[in-house]
Amino acid sequence: MTPKLESVGKPYPKVDGAAKVRGQAVYADDIHLPRMLHCKILRAQAPHARIVSVDTSAARRLPGVVAVITGRDLPIKFGILPVTQDEAALEGEKVRYVGDPVAAVAAVDEETAAAACDAIAVEYELLNPVMTIEEALKEAAQEPIQPYTRRTDNIHRQVAYEFGEVDAGFTAADHIREDVYFFQGNTHLPMEQHSAVATYVDGKLTLWSSTQVVHYVHRALARTLELPMDRIRVIGAVHGGGFGGKTDPFSHEIVVAKLAMLTGRPVKCTLTREEVFYAHRGRHPVLMWVRTGVKKNGRITAMHFRSALDGGAYGSYGAATVFYTGVLQTVTYALPAYRFEGSRLFTNKPPCGPKRGHGTPQARFAIEMHLEKIAHEIGVDPVAMKRLNFVKPFSRAVNWLRITSCGLEECTEKVLAASGFQIRERRPGHGMGFAISTYMSGAGTAIYWNDMPHSEVQIKVDRSGATLFCGAMDIGQGSDSVLAHIAAEELGLRPRDIRLVTADTDTTPIDLGSYSSRVTFMAGNAALEAARKMRALLVAAVAEKMGVADVEEIDVGDGRIGEFSFLEAAELAETKFGMLTSGGSYKPPRIGGPFKGSGVGPSPAYSYTAAVVDVDADPRTGIVTVNKVWIAHDIGRSINPLLVIGQVEGGVYMGLGEVLMEEQAFRKGLHKWPSMLDYKSPTFLDTPPIETFLIETIDPEGPYGAKEAGQGPLLPVIPAVSLAVHDALGVWVEETPITPEKVLRALETKAKGEPPRYGPKSFPKIPYPPLVMVQPPAPDDLRVGAELEAALGGGS
Amino acid sequence: MLRLPRIQYRRPRSAAEAAGMLAELGPRGMLVAGGTDVFPNLKRRQFEPEVLVQVPSLRGVQDLQGGIRVGATTTLSEAASSATLRLALPGFAEAAGLVSSPPLRNAATIGGNLCVDTRCNYYNQSYEWRRSIGFCIKKDGDICLVAPSSPRCWAVSSSDTAPMVLVLDATIGLASPAGEREIPAAALYRDDGIDYLAKRPEEVLTWVHLPFTPGLRTSYVKLRRRGSIDFPIAGAGVALRLDGETVLSCRIALSAVASHPLEVPAAGEFLSGRRLDEETIEAAAELAAKPARPLDNTDLTHFWRKRMVRVVVAAALRKAATQNPV
Repeated sequence: MTPKLESVGKPYPKVDGAAKVRGQAVYADDIHLPRMLHCKILRAQAPHARIVSVDTSAARRLPGVVAVITGRDLPIKFGILPVTQDEAALEGEKVRYVGDPVAAVAAVDEETAAAACDAIAVEYELLNPVMTIEEALKEAAQEPIQPYTRRTDNIHRQVAYEFGEVDAGFTAADHIREDVYFFQGNTHLPMEQHSAVATYVDGKLTLWSSTQVVHYVHRALARTLELPMDRIRVIGAVHGGGFGGKTDPFSHEIVVAKLAMLTGRPVKCTLTREEVFYAHRGRHPVLMWVRTGVKKNGRITAMHFRSALDGGAYGSYGAATVFYTGVLQTVTYALPAYRFEGSRLFTNKPPCGPKRGHGTPQARFAIEMHLEKIAHEIGVDPVAMKRLNFVKPFSRAVNWLRITSCGLEECTEKVLAASGFQIRERRPGHGMGFAISTYMSGAGTAIYWNDMPHSEVQIKVDRSGATLFCGAMDIGQGSDSVLAHIAAEELGLRPRDIRLVTADTDTTPIDLGSYSSRVTFMAGNAALEAARKMRALLVAAVAEKMGVADVEEIDVGDGRIGEFSFLEAAELAETKFGMLTSGGSYKPPRIGGPFKGSGVGPSPAYSYTAAVVDVDADPRTGIVTVNKVWIAHDIGRSINPLLVIGQVEGGVYMGLGEVLMEEQAFRKGLHKWPSMLDYKSPTFLDTPPIETFLIETIDPEGPYGAKEAGQGPLLPVIPAVSLAVHDALGVWVEETPITPEKVLRALETKAKGEPPRYGPKSFPKIPYPPLVMVQPPAPDDLRVGAELEAALGGGS
Repeated sequence: MLRLPRIQYRRPRSAAEAAGMLAELGPRGMLVAGGTDVFPNLKRRQFEPEVLVQVPSLRGVQDLQGGIRVGATTTLSEAASSATLRLALPGFAEAAGLVSSPPLRNAATIGGNLCVDTRCNYYNQSYEWRRSIGFCIKKDGDICLVAPSSPRCWAVSSSDTAPMVLVLDATIGLASPAGEREIPAAALYRDDGIDYLAKRPEEVLTWVHLPFTPGLRTSYVKLRRRGSIDFPIAGAGVALRLDGETVLSCRIALSAVASHPLEVPAAGEFLSGRRLDEETIEAAAELAAKPARPLDNTDLTHFWRKRMVRVVVAAALRKAATQNPV
């Protein structure tokens, strides 16, 4: 479409970078309004208990306390997924984890609000807490954590699918292997705690929040406060990091809104760091079992994968997460037949949800190690065996996911060559690991079922310049910069010339926000459409003025349109057309197959990543030191390579934390270390040099061919480290995080002549629903959208 | 955010005046120097004094006859970068330089680090957390949550500089309303998670005198999870004298394995008169690790921490041995 790219591909700095570095950016907690009150939330002290009574009288009597609310004031439940509306802003009947919100106070200052919370007397009837996957599978001792499952155990949700002839695949195999893995839960640890400020003026509620999705917060407020959406405005404040942890609507957002309505004064709530650990929605702990059959050469004939997710106390995104542990297996390695059974369980812990990679890092950890073990067993080079099974570009997987561009081979080639993996130094204590991954460039379906666009962008131009409006929320990944970059490319400007209005439900068109790696791809496509329409208006006016018949002859670039500056062109167009506004929308095509549940996993395009990690592992201490990471990411096209490399490096860093340190550990029903000091996450000093390669495959679906970068690059790092540990010491640590103790314990089993591993011993017996048997598509059937609908005869 | 409680703050002009204020206030008063440990603990209501008494400025590193005197409010950054200390007692300077992170070392003091509160992950938690799990014996409760059958508190001494003052046989200056007294560093500590300091509550630590004799080799090795910020998982301080390859004397003390900095004389005595080589280093490290009793109340598991004591001791011995003494 665009013959020559002027702006796309240039490493421009972020449009909002300087303000953040200089302290000029206004985060939610920086907002101070006249007469503003401060809110504190009283949280459950027991992991599982019925609330017998809540006495707020002493709290109400404290000087400086303006309002106290409890579950009775906010009875309507909410939740990010329509199928799990199971959270109350304040729990009235029962608490399900230490940290569950019970009551809230608005007071003249934070100290008074805290003192008032302390003065609220809650009487609990304690129930047995359920803290592990094993306990959750059993019959509940007293009552299940959530009654709506209508079960006697604590199984929340199950999925069971079979794609293709799995039994036949195993029969055809020359070798079959089973393994069990455990991926520990961990949290996002954004620098900025969640914070929200609400004000209620003239019957209109305004909420500023540190959220990833203003639209979903908008919906949750309307539901729980019983206000029409046109009476609510949600504004995304400058954001200090989400990583998935601010994708759900949260209790404190609803609470400050309610308190602002009750008191007629602005109300702010900023969570403490400890409360952020309770808000959580982080990585699910997942126990996994996998069985794979291969031919002698390593070609996979069938795979059977089971996952058990420790979901914590509420649904959150969990009903989707359980799918994600299984569905993307088919878009890395070509599986001729695949059976997937997953279960998500409720436990009395902070709810798990989406964290960078949403449900897929756990499976990548398992699959990459499992295939490596098979390769060792059958005497095939593990890298060669993986390559033999790579999916092919422009193909369709056994579970109907459609692959477009795929740079797996190029990524692999790049990291192998750069790292010298195949000629690495072999000495005890030193090792390298290689792993690959894929991730979605935006989810193919919305959180709530609808046929509307996933992203809408409006561009306004007048004699003062260009402004882009979009509901997308920049959470630090640079989505505002990317939107500006795209508009700038089309309008012949620089990104900093585009004024941005984003993430404000009153003024910006809908975008579903920053999750599932969707903004560059979806809002980018919408911005591209809007910008091209605007460009056409400007070019038409200029062409007319210049007396040029063919608009193609008008050059756009360097701040000029034809013979005119951009502002002169804007004036011409405004004169000719009146108010200049253009819109663009993006809706991903229907991709999923003809079966229930096919909506989770499809994406218009998948990114691909390969990584090599070099480690030293000390057999005496078990300490693993990462020396270097080489990572190649198939970005499709990098609209701004500086931002893409930033995302890749951030993913690597986060992956290293997950594989070596981070752990949501619980003891006596409580989070063991809800602080940044004791929950260990790497510092600069613990982060090795990272060499990033961007592979451009120019995807036909993405804007200028771009795909995602926010999540995928985290994924291969985790298995690559564990494989490097094996390379160094000959032991398999099949449970994250790979702490020094686990390495030593694995070495002990090796010394005793037992299988040299540390990890879970078995996978529990779980009753699954009957398998949904799905007929696979032809591997070369690339039809999507209306074509696919027609072929399938409608339905989802 | 967690807020500081409303509190009175006093700035005495001298250590004696500070001690007088503390004597008058009793348990209502508390000393603060750099505040890097006191302030977070106040926010979490681990400390609940009504009055904070600022330690007056007692800053500086003085090269004296036979030793080095470090003023109590000398910051850890100053101690770590002091040319005098780095040259004569590198182990002490390194220990100061390994505490926490650069910004905190710019505020935290030597006196504060020597007197730093013992730590336990049942105790270093917010008021709400501690209330949820049930308060522990160290604050507001009556049992030790890490060892419920034990009558005492097992919070862990987590000072990096404390093992160094033991192995250096340092003298500590204490000011009280009645005047100043000097005590050996070893007499400053007690093996109890609550009453971990043996000084009187009103006494103000004013300086530490680190004796120095030519030929002394010192080292400190700290094990922690990350390259910065963390308290020690295990730490070993060594003061060593050699005659050629033969050990004349060796003192070893450990951090983070007990409620006080733990000197392990058996290991030092074993080395005395022996050639310092890999074999004797390992044997001494083994002896040093014996009395270490880590419990499940700091980072990582006590199984692993116990095993790592040997490793840090051996590393500290090797490091001291390879030094060029002044």
